[in-house]
Amino acid sequence: MVLQSLKNCLWQSCILRTPKACFWSAASGGLIIQSVSNDVYQNLAVEDWIHDHMDLEKQQVLFLWRNSPAVVIGRHQNPWQECNLRLLRQKNIKLARRRSGGGTVYHDLGNINLTFFTTRKKYERMENLKLVVKALKALRPQLDVHVTDRYDILLDRQYKISGTAAKLGRTSAYHHCTLLCNADKFVLSSVLKSPYKGLKSNATPSVPASVKNLFEEDPSLTSEMLLDAIAKEYATQHQIDHCITVINPADETLLPGISNKTKELQTWEWVYGKTPKFSVSTCLNMAYKDSVLDVKVNMDVKHGRIEVCNIDLPEQWLPPGLYSELVKSLTGSKFCPNETTTLVTTLLRVCPQDDELHSRWNLLCENMIMLM
Amino acid sequence: VCSHRVRSCSSIRFIKSKYVCVFDKSALKFSHQQRLFRTSAVSCGQIVQFKLSDIGEGITEVTVKEWYIKEGDSVSQFDSICEVQSDKASVTITSRYDGVIRKLHYSIDDIAFVGKPLVDIEIDASKGVAPEEDVVETPPMSHEEHTHQEIKGHKTLATPAVRRLAMENNIKLSEVVGTGKDNRILKEDILNYLAKQTGAILPPSPKAEIVPPLRKTETVPAAPKDKARKIPVPVSRPIAFSGKDKTEPVTGFQKAMVKTMSAALKIPHFGYCDEIDLTQLVQLREELKPLAELRGVKLSFMPFFIKAASLGLLQYPILNASLDENCQNVTYKASHNIGVAMDTEQGLIVPNVKNVQVCSVFDIAVELNRLQSLGSAGQLGTSDLTGGTFTLSNIGTIGGTYTKPVILPPEVAIGALGKIQVLPRFNGKGEVFKAQIMNVSWSADHRIIDGATMARFSNLWKSYLENPASMLLDLK
Repeated sequence: MVLQSLKNCLWQSCILRTPKACFWSAASGGLIIQSVSNDVYQNLAVEDWIHDHMDLEKQQVLFLWRNSPAVVIGRHQNPWQECNLRLLRQKNIKLARRRSGGGTVYHDLGNINLTFFTTRKKYERMENLKLVVKALKALRPQLDVHVTDRYDILLDRQYKISGTAAKLGRTSAYHHCTLLCNADKFVLSSVLKSPYKGLKSNATPSVPASVKNLFEEDPSLTSEMLLDAIAKEYATQHQIDHCITVINPADETLLPGISNKTKELQTWEWVYGKTPKFSVSTCLNMAYKDSVLDVKVNMDVKHGRIEVCNIDLPEQWLPPGLYSELVKSLTGSKFCPNETTTLVTTLLRVCPQDDELHSRWNLLCENMIMLM
Repeated sequence: VCSHRVRSCSSIRFIKSKYVCVFDKSALKFSHQQRLFRTSAVSCGQIVQFKLSDIGEGITEVTVKEWYIKEGDSVSQFDSICEVQSDKASVTITSRYDGVIRKLHYSIDDIAFVGKPLVDIEIDASKGVAPEEDVVETPPMSHEEHTHQEIKGHKTLATPAVRRLAMENNIKLSEVVGTGKDNRILKEDILNYLAKQTGAILPPSPKAEIVPPLRKTETVPAAPKDKARKIPVPVSRPIAFSGKDKTEPVTGFQKAMVKTMSAALKIPHFGYCDEIDLTQLVQLREELKPLAELRGVKLSFMPFFIKAASLGLLQYPILNASLDENCQNVTYKASHNIGVAMDTEQGLIVPNVKNVQVCSVFDIAVELNRLQSLGSAGQLGTSDLTGGTFTLSNIGTIGGTYTKPVILPPEVAIGALGKIQVLPRFNGKGEVFKAQIMNVSWSADHRIIDGATMARFSNLWKSYLENPASMLLDLK
């Protein structure tokens, strides 16, 4: 396996959508690249960049990448529905929204990602997954792995080791999938369990599945071995040299415009704001003094912002003026705990300075923030 | 009847190549003629039903997930129209035509069918080019011509609408930097170019920083890469600049700030400023910094400023008080919860260090570290952000000397610290020496605080900082 820097292989000729023949032989139809970065946003940006700028007519591309701990949701999903956002924040696990469809996955360095880039015409997911299975079997013939018609790869007929998603554009397309080598299953199951109740939405739901690491089946396997086996199989099928080109997603001269793509993927507007409209309908159980108050809350959230907000408080529990001030401020505000915390604490400055009032306000607001 | 040929995906590249031509007037006329591919008489504003094209893999239906346009919007060829989803695949549908969207056939979450109409588009009739004897068949662009353009190193991709705009404004497309896909020139690029010509000031748009790989002959705009001048780069926002005013509603945290600041300015402020010689404190901090680091804590100047303020408040408790709404009662707060203004992505937030009166300088440093890391992670809690009684704002870390800080209700005083500068001063013997000078600007509520009180507090605070050893006498 040969690793070479991208500059060596006339990168420029490949990205300008020209009918110029590519550097390799006329029969060659592939390029294998691997990211040096473990940053999920940078790597997703590389996918976007290749999708937007590369001419895939003459050669297809296989992109290999791994990420430090991150949860990746599908294009049309609802992060509140899919994962435990509080836990993510506590553990400093990143949240990313990819541009392809499908469900939510947990990435860490024990999970490898494969992206198959082709022209829109040549988009064919089954073929790609069969390639992966073939590579796995070549590496370890005793592995019982097969592709289902839902485009999952199952181990021992029951454990999911790979999930798939795809993105189709005007002239190009990509199909990417994960492969569980040695991911932290404990963190995986805890972050992918949403604690948020009362959510109603048309966002694409994930289908939970039992997972297993290939490492558990065969402890001699490593991520590097799997990456290499897949690259080898791809090289064979595309009749190209088995050489992997490393790529640095931070290199703006090589990938002009990549830093903007990376930035966009990290914006709140993309990650949270692209959530399809949803509603929250739940009941807060607030322990106040010696009793427990049941407070019904109804909110509509669109583009990640609170469109409508109703809180059913006992009469006069908060002065009416203050209650309407709270609702007015929340309306249009991001459905985000940090935004709401700063909002309600700032509003408190212009409330009457009454300890009882302040403790009620804080109690209500803290409960509201827990919903986010 | 529009007799345009039904083109499959493979010939879309053919359509694209029509627009690859060097921009000059003759080529423009040529390309206009190329677009009139109808056999019958041209009528302006013909409505075409744009059908959902084949997705592949035998898929017949998809779910519409997001519309990028609405009825009445103008679209150019290749603009994104909507996002549909089918079985884990997200597909971006782009327009085949230039025109105006007249009807959307589906709402969000509806099932759309391949081969059925997706949107109705009213096709742009080219203005001023409508004679009926126009060319019916489109002459294909030969490959030689295509390569010819590359050899020139010159490839200007732009839709007819954009070309028209350029022509109307006498702009050479070759001089415009394209920021669209494949370096296509977009309407925004023409507008940016125009604005530069007229000397209008534009904020840097995120798109404008893309350097097209093709342009080796043009000089790359120096501004984004110029490292010699350290001019603060404005934070780039996700909303792309489009040459028009943009109105956004004031929401969330900003709304709350509007309310607070409006209330704050109802307080009659007076200001008091002074200069502090921090030479000794700078030296002391240098000695203590490594000790703090050993304990895992970053020691800045703020813990000293905060502790000195608390010692001062012990002598002048009125500065740590609160006036009720009707100005009937003054409440002297027992705890010194000193707020520290922090600049975050969202804006100004003020977490506070609780009970400074019983904290050591080191305790304050630990708490500040905690608040700062939570602040930058956007994870401050409500208790961190409420209960403040007095505030210090270290605007000097960004810059400035004297300022006019605004009191944060329900407090009655605030201090803003400028940057520490090395300046020449005279010592007791009349010699000039290098002094580390910082300016402080206080604001206080003139309804209950008078100038003399503020001045005396400031002098006491200043004496503690100019001679740190004196703090030892009064530390509790």
